[in-house]
Amino acid sequence: MVPMKVLLRNPSRELVIEGKRSVNALLAELQLPRESHLVIRNGTLVPGDADLTADDVVEIRPVISGGA
Amino acid sequence: MVAVGSKCRVCKEPAIIDLPRHNAHFCAEHFLELCRRQVVKAIQKFDMLSKDDRILVAVSGGKDSLAVWDILLDLGYQADGLYVGLGIGDYSETSAEFARAFAAERSLKLIEVSLRDDYGYDVPTAAKATKRVPCSACGISKRHLFDKAALDGGYTVLVTGHNMDDEAAVLFGNTLRWDVEYLARQSPVLPARNGFPKKVMRLTEREMAAWCIVRGIDYLVDECPMALGNKHIAYKEALNAIEQQSPGSKAAFYLNFLDNMSPLLAGGTAAATDSLLSCVSCGAPTTGDLCAFCRVADKARAHEPVPVELVLGKGRGRR
Repeated sequence: MVPMKVLLRNPSRELVIEGKRSVNALLAELQLPRESHLVIRNGTLVPGDADLTADDVVEIRPVISGGA
Repeated sequence: MVAVGSKCRVCKEPAIIDLPRHNAHFCAEHFLELCRRQVVKAIQKFDMLSKDDRILVAVSGGKDSLAVWDILLDLGYQADGLYVGLGIGDYSETSAEFARAFAAERSLKLIEVSLRDDYGYDVPTAAKATKRVPCSACGISKRHLFDKAALDGGYTVLVTGHNMDDEAAVLFGNTLRWDVEYLARQSPVLPARNGFPKKVMRLTEREMAAWCIVRGIDYLVDECPMALGNKHIAYKEALNAIEQQSPGSKAAFYLNFLDNMSPLLAGGTAAATDSLLSCVSCGAPTTGDLCAFCRVADKARAHEPVPVELVLGKGRGRR
């Protein structure tokens, strides 16, 4: 099976993940809080219970910024 | 592949986002509708804007400011943009490109001000020269230049892209210190300077970012290198940890402060406003002879330019 490519930001880096899992499971595995991240699958936002599989291009985008 | 999962609370089509604080999922169309409703609610509750206002939106190229500019236009307001170049190396150059691209693609007016070219200093130099944390020197500079650009341009309202997380984090920090003066001043509408600025603050950071993604707005995702590790981010992370356990806590913390505590503190703000003087150099409101901006600018201009790399990691002080 082709592994899933996951793009992370700040700093930009790419992870290779084996096997299917939900968005929430992936965030938990990477210890990334749901409240401060969005997940984009193949260019479209997806909710926490969406499934991510090997064919997907996944971006986990942080939403916290430091300015105020 | 198509996810077999949650459905939109409104139309039962596949959802694109889960919003635990609303205990609901939404499709793209109904998520945007929710955002519009929240912004309209804030505008109406605090009597922020009218369709006759000449609005200037302070934009950084990031998600919050581009989202608020887009939302106001979407709601039928007339709004120009203001970009302030802060001289934070490549970060500032890239952020300017995102702001310019947003304006150019929509044929919008974007006013540009450069701290280095127009005022003879930049944020890294100001931080070093004044021994302030970079976010403090940056905030003082931006607030002054936002006000000045709005007044010079004849705008009746200045809008900033502060989201609910920003406001909740500031409230959290001020509450930890019981800083009554700052607590009294924390309002989405600041009356001290001709009504500037106004913050359309009922959307969370996650919702602002989602608005941009759904609307196809390209924004700068990278964090400001000088803000990394600052207290503001630590406060946001603490509030998000609570939010994760108890969805809706963040909104309740901030919005109930505005409803229940802010009115009790309002007298102190009025008294402070009445006692303000005019800066002898630029005329801006101040409590002394020189305003905070002029004090920072004078020191920074007298200092050798400092590259951003020399002040990285210094953003951890009090904001």
